[in-house]
Amino acid sequence: MESKEINLPLTDKAIDGLQIGDRVEYSGILYTARDAAHKRLITLADAGNELPVALQGQVIYYVGPTPPRPGRVIGSAGPTTAMRLDPYTPRMLELGVKGIIGKGGRGPVVREAIQKHHAIYCIAVGGTGALLNRHIKNVEVVAFEDLGTEAIRRLEVDHFPAIVVNDAYGGDLLEAGKAEYRTKAPPSP
Amino acid sequence: MREIEAGVITEAVAKLAVEATHFLPEDVEGAIRGARETEQSPLGVQIIDEILENAEIAREQMLPLCQDTGTAVVHLELGQDVHITGGFIMDAVNAGIEKGYGDGYLRKSIVAHPFGERKNTGTNTPGVIHTEIVPGDKIHIGFMPKGGGCENMSRYQNFLPGAGREAVIKFVCETVDQSGGNPCPPLVIGVGVGGTAEKAMTMAKHSLFRKIGQRSEDPEVSILEKTLLDAVNALGVGPQAVGGSTTALDVFVETYPTHITALPVAVNIQCHSARTKHTVL
Repeated sequence: MESKEINLPLTDKAIDGLQIGDRVEYSGILYTARDAAHKRLITLADAGNELPVALQGQVIYYVGPTPPRPGRVIGSAGPTTAMRLDPYTPRMLELGVKGIIGKGGRGPVVREAIQKHHAIYCIAVGGTGALLNRHIKNVEVVAFEDLGTEAIRRLEVDHFPAIVVNDAYGGDLLEAGKAEYRTKAPPSP
Repeated sequence: MREIEAGVITEAVAKLAVEATHFLPEDVEGAIRGARETEQSPLGVQIIDEILENAEIAREQMLPLCQDTGTAVVHLELGQDVHITGGFIMDAVNAGIEKGYGDGYLRKSIVAHPFGERKNTGTNTPGVIHTEIVPGDKIHIGFMPKGGGCENMSRYQNFLPGAGREAVIKFVCETVDQSGGNPCPPLVIGVGVGGTAEKAMTMAKHSLFRKIGQRSEDPEVSILEKTLLDAVNALGVGPQAVGGSTTALDVFVETYPTHITALPVAVNIQCHSARTKHTVL
């Protein structure tokens, strides 16, 4: 399966060309944010304050890396569970975020918001933080340094691999994939 | 009475923390390689390849397998003829966690108060430490850096006493199905059946220290384990839940006698890297 190379920030045209199950390789800038950073960003936005990061067209990567050993820019840096960020995601999309990288599925409200805002949700392979480390070339903490591993970092990435799970057309890879490979009816609750 | 210095325990735990977070256990790697041969989904195979490549990079470049280096779960089997000198055993274990997570450049993920300020302790302590008194004069230490993604998918339920093995099968399948990609499949699944609520969950967790393929010594339980593995893999969840035939690498079941009114069932899930490491002092 060939990967589609995508330069960041994301354009509407690039999003148009992506469908569930596509493999992508992102090059450019990703911003990291987890639970605490999302909460702060949205609190700032709701109070009408300027955000420390311009979110328009950006891709947010849900990651809390390990500390780097000396000589490295970052440690192990794989995705965290996306569903935890579901309560914040529709607002982040309103604020201009166009792409998200995490792991696992999204709830119906988020899926709808992704379609509505013409955005894209990808997974990186969970538990491959050592492999993903190689695609991260530069790291700079840009906001909320006090949050430690949860601070917002600007990552310069090169051919960062991901898989499209929710596209701008309302598709969901996890549902489609499960239906394709399920060999027996699920046990009734 | 054999004497063991507390400092020896600290050093052992620190070493286990670093090794468990960097080196994929051989049995787990073998099972993942096996799954690569049987996986039906081409995307699933690619994901398995990335998991294997990740293990190689982690090992060679001393990068943790995963950024979530977990809650430090420590299982101590303490021989009754051992006397610990020079400190309290629990302090020694926590000192080892602090040292391992500090020196090993591991992520500190523990917050001091669960619903209050949630301030990071900065040391990944305290660990969750289980102790068992056993015959003999040795200490067996099992170390499991337990990731949040899979731990959050744990479930417990009390069934009617007559609900039987079918209830267990349904409950485990339902748990795995609902968990989707959150616990990072292909999974290793621990199941505790019987005892009381806390006993069932402790058994589910403890079973995850087994090696892949190690069946229960109880023939009836061993058959249930195989049935569960087949049932879970029929769900189609697949690697990272993108769809596929490998949802789990193994299912372990531990049982314990229980009350006439009860059938407690607990499920505790491990991600594909199923990180554990043991040592004996």
